[in-house]
Amino acid sequence: MLRLKNNFSIEHDIAGCGLCGIINIRKIRTNGEDIKKAIALEHDRGNGLGGGFAVYGCYPEYADLYAFHVMYDDLAAKHDTEEYFKNNFIIEKQESIPVFKTSKINDHPILHRYFLKPKSDREDRLLHDLGDDDFVVSSVMLINSEYDGAYVFSSGKNMGAFKGVGYPEDIADFYMLDNVEGYMWTAHNRFPTNTPGWWGGAHPFTLLDWSIVHNGEISSYGINKRYLEMFKYNLALKTDTEVIAYILDLLIRKHGLPVELAMNVLAAPFYQTIEKMEPKQKELYTALRQIYGSALLNGPFAIIFGYPDGMIALNDRIKLRPLVAGTKGDFTYIASEESSIREICSSPDIVWSPKAGEPIIIKTINTENISQKQRLIIS
Amino acid sequence: MITIDAKDMHYKELNKIIRENIASGIKNFFLENVNGQYYIGDGIKGDDITITVNGVPGNDLGVFMDGPSIIVNNNVQDNVGNTMNAGKITIKGDAGDVVGYGMRGGRIYIRGNAGYRIGIHMKGYNTQIPVIIIGGKVGSFFGEYMAGGVMVLLGLNNSEELAGEYFGVGMHGGTIYLKKKIDFSKYSKEVEFLEANDEDMIFLKKYLIEYANDFNLQAEDLINGPFYKIVPSSARPYAHLYTSSAL
Repeated sequence: MLRLKNNFSIEHDIAGCGLCGIINIRKIRTNGEDIKKAIALEHDRGNGLGGGFAVYGCYPEYADLYAFHVMYDDLAAKHDTEEYFKNNFIIEKQESIPVFKTSKINDHPILHRYFLKPKSDREDRLLHDLGDDDFVVSSVMLINSEYDGAYVFSSGKNMGAFKGVGYPEDIADFYMLDNVEGYMWTAHNRFPTNTPGWWGGAHPFTLLDWSIVHNGEISSYGINKRYLEMFKYNLALKTDTEVIAYILDLLIRKHGLPVELAMNVLAAPFYQTIEKMEPKQKELYTALRQIYGSALLNGPFAIIFGYPDGMIALNDRIKLRPLVAGTKGDFTYIASEESSIREICSSPDIVWSPKAGEPIIIKTINTENISQKQRLIIS
Repeated sequence: MITIDAKDMHYKELNKIIRENIASGIKNFFLENVNGQYYIGDGIKGDDITITVNGVPGNDLGVFMDGPSIIVNNNVQDNVGNTMNAGKITIKGDAGDVVGYGMRGGRIYIRGNAGYRIGIHMKGYNTQIPVIIIGGKVGSFFGEYMAGGVMVLLGLNNSEELAGEYFGVGMHGGTIYLKKKIDFSKYSKEVEFLEANDEDMIFLKKYLIEYANDFNLQAEDLINGPFYKIVPSSARPYAHLYTSSAL
């Protein structure tokens, strides 16, 4: 029996996984075939206990609404959660997430999506005056921790996460991602070793528009968790990757840090490196380390962070997990293995590996979303 | 001679075909359309076997290999030549992280750059001397805990930064040669930075000529000194980690 509410008494997760990301900097949208092909090449990095995708630019017709993707154990959970939605949000549209049952993925929770706008006269206004984003975050935290058998796994605008238990290529078929289009895709192939593979534990982890796929282990999970709890983030999923999504929400959205600096908090330069910096830089990085010591990620990791304006790839400070990048024209590819990039782009313009702790940041340039029905074709 | 089209072939099948053909006496292998297949040439024996790879092979290429030669006409991924005992791996492009981990014999020649942790835990014994030559630059932890063997860092692409941090940390055996003088003061305190002597150059020459031939380079340009070398100052750098140095 599937159980979404993760009651496993396990502290955190160690994983040796596979990652991929594709971004078109002109925001030209492509369907999910390429990302599926790229992550499928890394099949043997996972073990079939988790696969998932994040896609940006997939709901242009509802771009102003929060797109909630929710998993339910049963209809009772769905009913209770929908009560909460009705009381607090204007539900512009709701529907089942389209799926195609295959021989590989046939045991799954109820998967539903809602396009929501927080009500201006919602009940919480009696107590405090949260902005819409803050209210969405507190709603996600509330449902994930308090509503039994319900789990919000995507809550951003014009983006969505599609994930579950299975190999990523099978998950892609299950969600029919060849019918979904976006200008940026990330993918994950999971090899959980310390927590069971369950639907909510698959990557990406998302909150609002932020998404994270991660290979490695966050040894600082305990410190990060306690730090986040001070800011009312509720870590309900008991999987280390969750902290990264919430730390970035805190740093970028709440504290207004530029994404570049937020990355320098996650993988802060060593003090011996700071020591050699110019005085102004030295002051900045010393301050960041002092203020955000509890947001520092320790342990081996490679992550791909997606946000509406771009994609960031980051390694831990001594590069204990693989990460490779390649570009071809307006496309940039990130992966755990070079062959994964070459599977969909046989002759990239350049291929390189990021240095330890130094993010690769690929930002989109401002253009209208252009739909391009056909699959992206690269020499 | 046999040509194998590895397109969309799983590594298990590819490696099975290679092994079966070695067993039936085939010496020369051409692998076409390789992309990401792991474990190519792992544990195979035979000095007269040559495998030419077209495409990017997957992780763990030539691991535990004992004699054969592998030529890769592209880049390679991580963990090439782990614990390799004899033979040769020639890489025309760049290499990923952790090349020649614990390597104990044979040669790995890389034309381009290599990633983090190259030649860590390398070891040698008497005539068994593993050699890694890198044409470009390397990442951090180059030669970490090196116990034996030889590495040569040429820096042919004139990049500003020849190596990352933690160069030769914990090194207690073997030699690293550099074609360029670098400021070694920021690196390991457990090693010494010297100019290579005539004896070193005699040793290096035969390997550098082979390297130049493999990659169509001018041997004279490579051999022209001076070279610099890094050797451990002690065979037991941590002898007194837990005890007083007076003991």
